[in-house]
Amino acid sequence: MDRLLNVTTVLSALLLVIVLVSVRRAHIRPEYSVTWLFAAAAMLVLSRVRPLLEVLRRLSGLPDTPLTLFLIGAGVFLIMVFRFSVILSHLRDDNIALAQRVAILEYHVRSQREI
Amino acid sequence: MSSPGGSGTRANGRAKNGPRTGRGGIRPTGPGAFLVIIPAYNEQGALAEVVASVNAHVPGAPVLVIDDCSEDSTLDVARRAGAEVLALPHHLGLGGCVQAGYKLAYELGFEYVIRVDGDGQHDPADIPRILDKLKTSGCEMVIGSRFAEDNGARTGAARSLGIRFFRMVLRPILGKPVHDPTSGFVGVNRRALDLFSRSFPLEYPEIEALVVLQRKRFRFEEVPCRMRPRMAGRSSITALKSLYYIVHVLLGVFINVLRFEGRRRVPPNEE
Repeated sequence: MDRLLNVTTVLSALLLVIVLVSVRRAHIRPEYSVTWLFAAAAMLVLSRVRPLLEVLRRLSGLPDTPLTLFLIGAGVFLIMVFRFSVILSHLRDDNIALAQRVAILEYHVRSQREI
Repeated sequence: MSSPGGSGTRANGRAKNGPRTGRGGIRPTGPGAFLVIIPAYNEQGALAEVVASVNAHVPGAPVLVIDDCSEDSTLDVARRAGAEVLALPHHLGLGGCVQAGYKLAYELGFEYVIRVDGDGQHDPADIPRILDKLKTSGCEMVIGSRFAEDNGARTGAARSLGIRFFRMVLRPILGKPVHDPTSGFVGVNRRALDLFSRSFPLEYPEIEALVVLQRKRFRFEEVPCRMRPRMAGRSSITALKSLYYIVHVLLGVFINVLRFEGRRRVPPNEE
């Protein structure tokens, strides 16, 4: 159990560092890093504050603590994936509308030049 | 449109420009004006003949080729053939490509738009019949159907099975049978143009477009048409993509059914 918590701590800390470095290098926009930072911080806290993890285990009625940690981690990342799917869908819609608008405007400009 | 489904970007659109055609672009010439649109992706092999055939069967009709950022010389071929060209800055896929044409046609004020595929499968000789049906029936969309009459049209076994399956799925949703739900040879009037300019399926749009129409309680009709073998290129729906196609279209149909607005009909200008 302790080893699992230690591994989770290291991975969470690593994720935090990677996200912060990525934001600093402008690989991730700050508004999209918040979800990652929140997820990494949540996993870090859960892996270090064992009583909190125990409370969550009792509340969820799960038989053991590692399973609780695993399910919480999986849940957090599923929510993140869903959130990013929503963002991607909006961006794709915007991108298509913009591409169509650019093409139509270029068509009008070209038509005007030909008059 | 033919495959492959790339995601290219028109890095330097001006460099690919061919000779200019037309002066001042297409404009509707009066009430009842119609436009022929040809969505094209890598259709250099067939496009010139398709445009020539449209011009031969519907003399004087404005023809707009929507180039979905082809990787070959589709854009040049279209211009040399005398068509107007709407050049998309990057590859959008069939739905985005057709919708761009609908948006331009709607903004320019055309009353009717006939879509003809750029691979030569649709016979432009049937355009006048589709247009006539649009004008006389008052319905929002007319489908050029291979199977509306027994005209000997044949298609591959897998595709035939798919068409039968979607006929069965669509029958209760549309409230009437549709013989050829995958046909891309369609004509739409201005009400449908208005709707499709705002809401049009992006991938494999033909079947979903019918359900989008149904959401507004718009009507469609079918007229029997001939389909020819494609002149060049290959279909974007390969055997491997067929399963994805079915799942994707079924999902799209289901989502559009959930969005049904027929009972609380909203005037178009309120949206």
